[in-house]
Parts: sequence; C-alpha cells; structure tokens
Amino acid sequence: MAVAREATPVESAEDVKQADLDSEDLLQIYRNMLITRGIEERGHILYRQGKIPGSFYTGRGNEAASVGVATAMRADDIGTPIQRDMGVHVTRGTEPWRIFAQYMGRTDGLAAGRDGNVHMADIRLGLIAMVSHLPALMPVAVGCALAFQIRREPRVAVAWSGDGAMQRGDAHEAMNLAGVRKLPVVFIVDNNQYAYSTPNRLEFAIDHLADRAQAYGFEGVVVDGTDVLTVYREAHAAIEKARAGGGPTLLELVTLRMEGHAVHDDAFYVPRERLEEWAHKDPIERYRRWLKQKAVLSESADDEISVEVKKLLNDAMKRADESAQPDADELLAGVYADPEELDTPHHR
Amino acid sequence: MATKTYLQAISDGLREEMRRDSRVFLIGEDIGVYGGAFKVTQGFQQEFGEDRVIDSPLSETAITGACTGAALMGMRPVCEMQFSDFVSCAFDQLVTVAAKQHYRVGTPVPIVVRLPSGGGFSGGPFHSQNPEGFFAHCPGLKIACPATPADAKSLILAAIRDPNPVLYFEHKHLYRRIKGEVPDGDTAIEFGKARIHQEGSDLTIVTYGAMVYTAEEAAKAAAERDGTSVEIIDLRTITPWDKEAVLASAAKTSKVIVLHEDTHTSGFGAEVAATIAEEAFESLDAPVMRITAPDTPVPFSPPLEKAFLPQPEDVLAGIERLAAY
Repeated sequence: MAVAREATPVESAEDVKQADLDSEDLLQIYRNMLITRGIEERGHILYRQGKIPGSFYTGRGNEAASVGVATAMRADDIGTPIQRDMGVHVTRGTEPWRIFAQYMGRTDGLAAGRDGNVHMADIRLGLIAMVSHLPALMPVAVGCALAFQIRREPRVAVAWSGDGAMQRGDAHEAMNLAGVRKLPVVFIVDNNQYAYSTPNRLEFAIDHLADRAQAYGFEGVVVDGTDVLTVYREAHAAIEKARAGGGPTLLELVTLRMEGHAVHDDAFYVPRERLEEWAHKDPIERYRRWLKQKAVLSESADDEISVEVKKLLNDAMKRADESAQPDADELLAGVYADPEELDTPHHR
Repeated sequence: MATKTYLQAISDGLREEMRRDSRVFLIGEDIGVYGGAFKVTQGFQQEFGEDRVIDSPLSETAITGACTGAALMGMRPVCEMQFSDFVSCAFDQLVTVAAKQHYRVGTPVPIVVRLPSGGGFSGGPFHSQNPEGFFAHCPGLKIACPATPADAKSLILAAIRDPNPVLYFEHKHLYRRIKGEVPDGDTAIEFGKARIHQEGSDLTIVTYGAMVYTAEEAAKAAAERDGTSVEIIDLRTITPWDKEAVLASAAKTSKVIVLHEDTHTSGFGAEVAATIAEEAFESLDAPVMRITAPDTPVPFSPPLEKAFLPQPEDVLAGIERLAAY
C-alpha cells in the first residue's frame, strides 16, 4: 500500500507565483532544459564522429527533473547528481564547452581526461563528481549535510540516486543516518523505470520508492518528473524545510528513460507503445506549451531562445574540439593531494 | 615527556588535535557515550560535545562516506571502524570514492579511518584481521601502522593533517601492553620515514605494527644464542613506505626477512621482497625470506591462533636459517 504523498501538479499562474518564480526565472528554466537536451544531442553526434572515447550516456526525458531540482537549490547548497542529471550541471553554471571537452577526454574537461562522460563536477559550483558505483555519493552528500549541521550553516545537500541505485545498501545507510540526525539533506530519486534493462517490477516490491521515506522517519513524495514546475515546487519546499531544520525529504521523480542505458543500447526491452505514450509527456514540449498558454513565451521569443542556444552549443563544440588532449607525461600526477591544496576556502 | 600506553598516546593525539583544530570531529559506533569499544575516546563526548563526537548507527558505508562529504566541505573527520575487520563494509567508500577523488577531479579528501586491528586474544576470524594489504594495493590511500606509543601519537597527528584519505591501523594487542616515552606537544612526523628499531649488522628484519616486538624478542634470543646481530626496521607507514631505508639496510646486512601478521599471498611483504629483488639483488647473500601468517582465516581457538600468528620462535628459526645460508 502506498504511503508517500503524490504531488498535485502545478497548473495555474497563482501556483507559480507561490513558488516564487518570475517570468525571467521561468524562461531560464526553459533555456536550461534546451541546453541540457542540446548538449546530449550533440554528444550523440560527437560520439558517432568518433570524437568521444568509451561510451556515452544521456538523460533524455529527465530534463525537467534535473533542471527543476537544481533551480530550487541555493548557490551555496551542494549536490551529487548522477548520470541522467546533466540539467543540474547546466543549471549550476557549468559551461557547455567544458562538458563537451569532458566527453572527449580533453584537458579542459572537468576531469581533464582522468574520467569521462558525466563523471564530472565543478566543486566551485557546489557539485561533487559521481562514481559509477551508484549510489555511493548518497553517504557523501549526507556527510556534507553533517558538516553544515555541525557548523550551524543554513545550507542543504541534495543527494541523487535512481531506481536502480536505490536498491543498494548505501542508500539505506545514508537515508537512515540522515533521518536519525535530522540532517539538512534532500534525497532525489530519478525513477526512470529501468535500471539498464531491469524494470521497476524486478527492482522493488512496493508501490513507490518514496514510500521508503516513512521507514527512515521523514516524508516521501512522488512527483511527475516530466513536469518541471511541480518538480521545482516540491524540491523547493523540501530544500527549505531541510534548511529550516526540518530534516530530510525523499522525492521520487517519475519519468521514462527515453533512450537506452548508453549509446550502444537500443532499449529493445522497453515496449514501443510505452515510449510513444511518454513521448507525449516530453518535458520540454510540455513546458513550452505551458509557457505559451500562460503567455510567458511568445513565438518570436521562442525562436530567439532556440537560435541563442544553438549558437552557444555550436560554439561550445568548436571550442571543446580545440582543447588539448592530455599529455601522457601527466599520467602519474595527482594520485595524492599536496598539503597546500587544503589551503582553500572550502578547507579553511 | 611522559610514559604512556600505546592506547593513551592515540587518545592524547586525537584529543590534542581536536583542541587545536575545531574542524576535527569523530564519528563511529559506540565512540561517544561508551567511549569506544577499547575506550580510546573515553571522555571525549563530555569535552567536545555530541556534535564533534558522534555515535553513529551501525553503518560503516555511511560513516566513511559521510567523512568524505564532510571533508569536501572543509572538515577534518576521523572515523572509527570498531574493529578493522569491519572496514570490508566500507571498502567501496574508501577504494571507489575517497581514494580516486583527487586523481579524477582534483579535490582533496582529508579523512582518517581508525582501524583497531590484529590478533592474539581469540577474537576469531572477524575481530583479528590485518587488512592493510587490500588497501596498500589501492592508489590514493595512505596507510599508517604505528608500533610505539610515540609513533602512535605522531602518526595520528600527521594522519589528521594529511590532505589524503589515511587508514590508521592501531594494533589492539599493543593498546595496553606496550608503554613508552611520548614527547609532549606537536610531534607530527612525515609519512614514509622508517625507524630503525634496533641496529644490527648480520641480518635485517623489515616489519611494522605489533610484529616489531616479535622481531625484537627473536633478535634478542639470536644475539644471546650465538651473537647474531639483527637490524630491525619498523616501516611505520606502508603507503608510502621507506624504500630507501630498506634498501640501505639490505645493502648493509645482505640478508633480509620481511615479517608481518597479515596473511602471506600478496601481503605487503611481497611488495617489499620484490622491491629488494629488483633493486638490491647485487647486495644480497641470500634470498629474501617472508615470515607471515599462513593463508587461512584467523582461527579462534588459542592453539590454532598461536600457530597462525608469527611467533618469536618462528622468527628465530628464520634468523638461524638465513644466517646459515
């Protein structure tokens, strides 16, 4: 039996006003969603051109979820996004050209060629780089929240996982510790219904992953992850509750992964009619319609934004391609940190 | 300078660093109200409060991961695995997350994991192990294995200040059995500098942790029996380890035993032996000998455990064999 609250959708302009978003914010959300998808579409092109070594992962269908949550974070909050959350990096201000350089393993990538694809983050933007072993960064986010609590700082950590990741023990330990100590952390589950080829029904035996929150002593909410404004409203509420000392919340953002696990995977195991059904709920199309209905976005403004995003990304690809390949002489550098590296604002 | 137990030295080091640096906090199972399973942190919660001495749920993964997160936010976390055996539950957080973070994206992870380790009191297969070998294989981690009270304090101070994840193995059998002079004040020492526990000229034993004392006892017996002069090198830290000191001693005595309490195959002794073979072959008058625990889990019953742990008589037999080579 489901116990988590199911979020009601944001519909009216009044709802949006309550969420504290002005029309510039609404357009910035739109822009960030377009940039997010645009980066990943261009990533596909670069991959086919042979410019991206290894594999390539996208978050098509997750743009509302990732951008919505990141928009609700404050500048000094911390996040640990995972592989479908490009929108978090974009919203926090990661420059697209550096993301392309990251994909291509170049020195200007966020990992400077030491790690690839979306295994990246700029700590100066309040993000911590994921590892493949999801959700190993959930306990790390909890530790960030612990530091904020110890220092009495009004900051919040946002810990991402997915429907697959939620089945590992790290998730349990992290949420339990956060619940016990009432830490300022919000847990986001990108439930895109498949962990690689494994569907939800083979992953867990309850109605909603958000139902688990009750077992850890905090609220769980199921949210339509294709609806950016509802995602934003719920994330904002949860983050501010955590900031005010109200402890964690678990938000399950339900989407469908619209592409394979990675570029090599055609996702034959996802029924075609299911993909078609969810294509009607495409987060960007859905939001664009809403913006136009509410007269926030005119046809001409939409065209302008499209042109602007296209230029940004095409310039970014070009700039990334000019970035140097890493030097093999650098292979051994940086396994260990030097003491002077701790002399940073983060560590003082 | 005062005489302290090994345990007291660790405790004092932690306390002094917590007084000096408000960023240092402790987290672990039963470390607060109870003062730790071995009482290393007894009285700490009274002095530093519940925010800096945190009793956690039984969650080694969350404890270790939380340390990484707090470290990235500028804290200096020190966590305790109640027994080093339980670090297996935190393997991923150490090896996958903490160890690789700096190489991947350039962010230092200054955490310390305290690991009460070692056998000798019928702790059985899950309360007696010396799992340092697993971690010595992982680039990005540092590993300390102090043998003396003075080093126990110096190395806990150095570990907390190190900008990298440090595994600090504290041997349980030394806790209250070993006493020694511990200088007052800030005595932090550099990682990777071995200590010559005793000088000698006929043969070298390279070791660390509790086996320093096993080596000492065997060396004493050898000296009394036939005047064999044994040099004992205490590595103090195994990542990084003091290759130069070992090679210099190998050049001096031409015969080397590598001794540890961890099991044999792929134990740290294999690394030391291979390095000597590669870099000091010309100096050797005998093959490098490894004396270690055998390749079994640590058994519970006293006769079995005694047979498992390298004993002074095993080392003495090794000394005789190598001296006669």
